[in-house]
Amino acid sequence: MREVSVSHLQAKNDGYVRKIEEESGQKVSQCYQCGKCSGGCPMSFAMDYPPNQIMRMLQVGLLDEVLNSTTIWVCASCLTCSSRCPRGIDIAQVMDNLRILATKQGNTAKGKNALIFHDVFLNSVKNNGRLYELGLAMQVNLKTGNLLKDAELGLPMFLKGKLKLLPHKIKGTDEINKIFAAAKQMEAE
Amino acid sequence: MKYAYYPGCSLHATAAEFDTSTKAVCSKLGVELQEIPDWNCCGASSAHNTSHFLASAIPGRNLILAEKLGLDVASPCAACYQRLKVADHQMKHDDQLRQKMTEITGHNYQGKSQVKNVVDVIVENFDLNKVTKSLNKLKVVCYYGCLMVRPGKLTGIDNPENPQTMDQILEKLGAEVIQWPYKAECCGGSLPIYDADVSIKLVWDILRVARDSGAQAIVTACPLCMSNLDMRQAAVEKKYGEKFNLPVLYFTELVGLALGVPPQGLGLTDKHFVEPMDCLRSQKVV
Ligand code: SF4
Ligand code: SF4
Repeated sequence: MREVSVSHLQAKNDGYVRKIEEESGQKVSQCYQCGKCSGGCPMSFAMDYPPNQIMRMLQVGLLDEVLNSTTIWVCASCLTCSSRCPRGIDIAQVMDNLRILATKQGNTAKGKNALIFHDVFLNSVKNNGRLYELGLAMQVNLKTGNLLKDAELGLPMFLKGKLKLLPHKIKGTDEINKIFAAAKQMEAE
Repeated sequence: MKYAYYPGCSLHATAAEFDTSTKAVCSKLGVELQEIPDWNCCGASSAHNTSHFLASAIPGRNLILAEKLGLDVASPCAACYQRLKVADHQMKHDDQLRQKMTEITGHNYQGKSQVKNVVDVIVENFDLNKVTKSLNKLKVVCYYGCLMVRPGKLTGIDNPENPQTMDQILEKLGAEVIQWPYKAECCGGSLPIYDADVSIKLVWDILRVARDSGAQAIVTACPLCMSNLDMRQAAVEKKYGEKFNLPVLYFTELVGLALGVPPQGLGLTDKHFVEPMDCLRSQKVV
């Protein structure tokens, strides 16, 4: 890691970090670095910084490093960390907010495929009210260059009667559309 | 008892046998399931990864529909269950969210309907007098995963580090339930993109520990765990050069057998990737 002036960084990023605390409702500043979150994190082996380090980096204002980390994208939202933190911090919620902030700011290189997935998924919900799994798999594969390796499982799934060939559209899609519109409006505010 | 049934998208597709077996068990127990009319997807992890509002508003519409029926909600899918629980909590505590939902749906949410996991519904309505078949010392480990367990204060699980709900009832039904350390570990099922290098290791760990604990089968109540452990078992075997052939069963499938439902009526004969029937036959459970 590069050499940094902590006081300088803190001053620069304090507002952002406080915003994350506010939006997540979690007091990152309360973390006392016991490391329990990282000890139980099933994904830490694939992370560049384990969750306790992410918390420390936020405390000292290393926001760019956090938003560009692999960690926030390989976090599986399993909530093991949150349920064990002795300071009562919902670390998984902070990870959610970090992903949302990274997306807003365009720090998306490492989360590109995850974001394509979420986009296609939510579009399916928006258009039909329900998830159309086959459509999701096909579109995600197309847009990511065949990342959902499950394509090879397509035929066996079909033969087991587990793949629906057509989407089901609910009647209340206008309500669903209003929900998406409200989300968009809130984001803009 | 009658419940508002929320199958969720998986139970209409990849988890068809969870739907069939849940309905079969409930019908044996005299539990009536009324499907929530015009329900929508819970938004899964894509919603909470995208927007705090969507995370609760999308599943929230279903709770409003259920409240209009005046029934508690029964949710089999662990992923939907967690999203519904979070949405219920948020709609009760976040005034802005509740107001928006009232504007959109015309119904002011009171939070009168309780959201229940199907495992709890079955446990609460269980009647040992209706058991017709013993699970005959079939050696199983119960795998709870993340979503029906955490966050503990919302899911209402008995013990987030060592849950017992499924263990206790399967034991009563004659299974030999093995205690093991991976009950509430994560299988990576919530990750949006299945990463062949990352998620597969988690699945491998779970399969190994289950086998080394002496299990003949793994029992789950989560469609995401099922996909990972059952459908991807062949990929794990290929990558790590280790044969497991370890059937993965829905909790409701085993309970269904004990209540005398034939295996065909539970999806056991044609829906699984790792064929479970030989194992069940060897233990004379079918
Ligand atoms: S468990 Fe909580 S207090 Fe301990 S290092 Fe992690 S976030 Fe900090
Ligand atoms: S929620 Fe994310 S950071 Fe926390 S333990 Fe799970 S994978 Fe690790």
